[in-house]
Amino acid sequence: MLEIRCSLARGAFALDVDLALPSSGVNTLFGASGAGKSTLIEVLAGLLPAQGRIALDGEVLLDTHGGIDVPAARRAIGYVFQDGRLFPHYDVEGNLRYGERRARGRAARVRFEQVLELLGIGALLQRRPAQLSGGEKQRVALGRALLSQPRLLLLDEPLAALDVARKQELLPYFERLRDEFSIPIVYVSHAFDEVIRIAQHVVLLDRGRVTLAAPLAEACLSPLVHAITGAGVVGAVLEGVVISDAGSEGGSAATLVRCGELRVRMAQTTLAPGAHVRLHLAADDVAVAREPPRAISIRNVIAARIQRLEPGEASVLVHLLAQGERLLARVTHGAARELNLESGGECYALFKAVATHGRRFERAGLRP
Amino acid sequence: MLTPEETQALRLSLEVAARSVLLTLPFAIAVAWLLARRRFHGRFFLDALVHLPLVLPPVVVGYFLLLLLGSRGPIGAWLNDAFGIRLVFTRQGAAIATAVMSFPLVVRAIRLSLENVDRGLEDAARTLGAGAWDRFATITLPLMLPGIIAGAIVAFAASLGEFGAVITFVSNIPGETQTLPLALYTALQTPDGDAAAARLALISVGLGITGLLVAEWLARAVRSRMGN
Repeated sequence: MLEIRCSLARGAFALDVDLALPSSGVNTLFGASGAGKSTLIEVLAGLLPAQGRIALDGEVLLDTHGGIDVPAARRAIGYVFQDGRLFPHYDVEGNLRYGERRARGRAARVRFEQVLELLGIGALLQRRPAQLSGGEKQRVALGRALLSQPRLLLLDEPLAALDVARKQELLPYFERLRDEFSIPIVYVSHAFDEVIRIAQHVVLLDRGRVTLAAPLAEACLSPLVHAITGAGVVGAVLEGVVISDAGSEGGSAATLVRCGELRVRMAQTTLAPGAHVRLHLAADDVAVAREPPRAISIRNVIAARIQRLEPGEASVLVHLLAQGERLLARVTHGAARELNLESGGECYALFKAVATHGRRFERAGLRP
Repeated sequence: MLTPEETQALRLSLEVAARSVLLTLPFAIAVAWLLARRRFHGRFFLDALVHLPLVLPPVVVGYFLLLLLGSRGPIGAWLNDAFGIRLVFTRQGAAIATAVMSFPLVVRAIRLSLENVDRGLEDAARTLGAGAWDRFATITLPLMLPGIIAGAIVAFAASLGEFGAVITFVSNIPGETQTLPLALYTALQTPDGDAAAARLALISVGLGITGLLVAEWLARAVRSRMGN
């Protein structure tokens, strides 16, 4: 458990946080720019002085009443900065070894060769930071933090300085990191598509305060989150297991995924039965029908109950419950009126098997 | 090629300059650090004190040194009684006089490079487990190396040329405190000393050019080490 109760004031900005996070998996700190995300993790790392109390798995790192303030150098908290911050006068190996050398005496959970292999940086060891691309720099920075044998890893928008292509190149490394090491991660991001991919737990910050702390699936349903993400990213997240691939589905080219009691047909994939997947089902891709449609190409027709309506400016978000799983559909105000949609009503959620295409993420070691 | 007297003055100049640089650097780094990184009462006073030799006539600096470090000065008497160290009329004294004169220039050069060191890199070192001295030795100091080298070169050059403070504090003794400029001055004061003065002037020019070349080479070496 990571307990954070702290406050600090800097000019017009004030941070005031009271939070308990699971000390496993990926916690994402999400919020608009200037919400205080980076400030909060700088406080966690001990780089910024603050009032209050911080404890990690019972060990107190900061307690201003008790006069405890463990210096950053002895917190054993790894930090990957947005801009990498590699030491220009060391080569890649020197950078990687810098933290490793100073972590002697701490249980070595991460080995040098393991990091080279995981991050694919073995060929870069003799290079200087100035000779690396942006993505390579971030991979080295990540490796350097890992090798300091941290008890907690803080990632401060590690992808923000990269272009879209580099982001796509780097994200799988973070996923592997999450799945292969049991190091808890706090991941700061202002891009919800990154959050959807990597998070287990989401903390929403707004002007220095926590407005939401919830598991990812729940956070995806929150109007507070909807207010700051792009419309296309609004949607439900389902965690599931592949139970059969195309061949066994009577010839229909679809992969069947079981999410709790719910069965979802996905466009054909290379995933083998037993693989864990996270599906992001955008609200824009889900339609609502009052009666079960016949003779339709849409592969997923799921009976659901309307939980509530979340009216927006141009459209209404319909919160649905289908066999214990929650879905989101976006309809126009007109459609909502015409279909007489109201909470408690029965309906059918419709989405194409291809709707999950490009929005599914294989999860290696994690159980949903 | 050189007369024994010339060789003596040249070697003494180099020795005094080298001692002066070694003496200056640790203090200059410490003071540059204080001025660039710390906020404390008396910071303005320290800054002014450091810059004083820049605005005072060198003779005045030599005079103050004589008052403080002379055999009967408070520090000079103590050094003499406690350790048997005498500064007046010695090459050690000459090195101190040149060190004090070049100190402001060295502090400026080092402070400038220190202010250019990215504090974010020091923060990164903190999160990797480096304590304050460790960070200073492995991150800050290497990154301010260009400034330190520039400062050392400035100090060396200024020491070779220092006249007023040296002659006031440690006088003009051949073989002990008579550096090149002092020898040149003496030659000019001597009847028929014109040829000797011209030769000494030429030696100074040669020394200066050599110094500039070495400085340029050093700067390049450091830049390539930084990976630029």
